[in-house]
Amino acid sequence: MHEFALADAVISAALETADKQNLSHITAIAVRIGELQQIDRETFEFALKEVIPNSEPRLAGTSITLEVQHASFRCRACEAEFTLDQTRGPLVEDQLEAIHFIPELARAFIRCPDCRSLDFELLTGRGVSIDYIEGE
Amino acid sequence: MDPRLAGVRKRLAGIDRIIAVTGGKGGIGKSVVSVSLSLLLAESGLRTGLLDLDLTGPTDHVLLGLDFGEQFPSEEFGVDPMLVGGVRFMSIACFSKQSPAALRGRDVTNALIEMLAITRWDELDVLVLDMPPGLGDTSLDIVRLLERAEHLVLATSSRVVLETVRRTLDVLAQLRTRVLGVLENMKSDSSQAVEQLASRFSVPYLGSLPEDSSLELATGTAESLVRTPTARALREVISAVFPQVRGS
Repeated sequence: MHEFALADAVISAALETADKQNLSHITAIAVRIGELQQIDRETFEFALKEVIPNSEPRLAGTSITLEVQHASFRCRACEAEFTLDQTRGPLVEDQLEAIHFIPELARAFIRCPDCRSLDFELLTGRGVSIDYIEGE
Repeated sequence: MDPRLAGVRKRLAGIDRIIAVTGGKGGIGKSVVSVSLSLLLAESGLRTGLLDLDLTGPTDHVLLGLDFGEQFPSEEFGVDPMLVGGVRFMSIACFSKQSPAALRGRDVTNALIEMLAITRWDELDVLVLDMPPGLGDTSLDIVRLLERAEHLVLATSSRVVLETVRRTLDVLAQLRTRVLGVLENMKSDSSQAVEQLASRFSVPYLGSLPEDSSLELATGTAESLVRTPTARALREVISAVFPQVRGS
């Protein structure tokens, strides 16, 4: 499950921020999960808890919130805007799995529902990002 | 904030050396040299990884004869590279299989960071990067993200290639990257143009590999690729860089 790799990256980024800003305690981490990557929320939440080092006092009692952001696209050919739900019909399990690993592979499998172009812009909801880190 | 960048630093911490096989021009043998180099290093007992960074035209898996079938790489706390010929191997083709993906610049950067953030190389002596042609996003991202990468610049004596390689060396110098040296490929005459170009940029001329008509036949089998005239010459060249690799 590569949710663990992404969770580990979130925790590493938080600790790097704490180092840079000289924080003795990280009080909150807000994580955004893009719908396109189809992260399993339960697995990701479990992984976030698992990858926090036991001996790391700066992450004791830290509030971690997750917000899912819907994926939206704009076709560069016909300028139509569309959502993942509008494209999901034709996608098969293997294609969704490939996008789960590398969201950019959406370009191999998703087409504009209006004109079938493969040239579209991902407006929102790509993958895992950090909205903010708070500490003291 | 992109948390993957912290993930990349952590994932690559156990790798001793990173060698980016570059050259600017397409069709000058970067993939053959990257794959052969990886196989030779692994054969010499070095823990070796190979990452195909030609994200829109990956071919290393073809050279290695990998058929992904319906399988994806295994996962446990990240994605495990595939093992072939003793080399730990990763490519976007492990996920896209036969499907082409047309990527714009930002997509290339994102896909590259994603692969670096999720791949579990663990401890490696050498990670070989097969770079795409050109001086685009991948080259700049590798310089930005992997400051310690050493660039092995491939060239031929063709005037067209020399012009591109000259620009590549110029950019690498301006970016203050470490250039391992210039390696001449497909050498068929006594031209010293590549050697002179290396000298002009004060980087080592590592040697030359011959024109090799046996490569097509060797394609698809790791065991055959390390027995070609190209691999024999490459073994000599890299034995000066890696003492573990014995020349003839």
